[in-house]
Amino acid sequence: MLVLARKKDESILIGDNIEIIITDITEDKVKIGIEAPRHMKIFRKELLEQIQDENIKSAGAKVDISALRKTKI
Amino acid sequence: MQIKTKYFGEIQIDEKQIIDFPEGIPGFQDDKQYIMIRDEDTDFTFFQSLKTEDLCFITLPPVLIAGDYGFDISKETVEKLELEEAEDVLVYSILNIPEDYKKMTANLKAPIVVNIKNNKGIQELLDDDKFDLKHPVFKGEE
Repeated sequence: MLVLARKKDESILIGDNIEIIITDITEDKVKIGIEAPRHMKIFRKELLEQIQDENIKSAGAKVDISALRKTKI
Repeated sequence: MQIKTKYFGEIQIDEKQIIDFPEGIPGFQDDKQYIMIRDEDTDFTFFQSLKTEDLCFITLPPVLIAGDYGFDISKETVEKLELEEAEDVLVYSILNIPEDYKKMTANLKAPIVVNIKNNKGIQELLDDDKFDLKHPVFKGEE
């Protein structure tokens, strides 16, 4: 992994069209601005992990279909 | 072709009905083909993996759960699914169904989006706190 030290308002370029800007730094938080093409999906890593966990839980259930059919939504 | 399913035994399917998930579904990246089974008389739709008999997601259309549900499909998803018309889109929320059905929750944060024109699907991730990961399906019963 490449590790770079940056100060507030400094930025990093990735490829031709992605820029990551350090917009604010506090004691335990960094605010990051990202300029990237709209088709690039950007999300926090915890989100993907949450979704994976939820999918695994959902798929792991053994559901009684006949009882489910009686359930009114 | 004949496939084995988690809930419906062995069933006959038409290969044209197969939905491709080129990226799989997070947590199950190796399963890239599903068949949608609509359960008659109910609103549930089952996404059964072709490869794994024991892998089946039970879903509901999110509008049945949260009437005002809506989100912008990302440009990336529009490209990946080759979406052209809004009416080609079907959206489903994966349900987490515990033994006590009343505690069933729906994942509104990561809806399944299917382009019915080319049978391609994806699980869209919505990085916005207004969408619940565990939205109670039955209101007032936590």
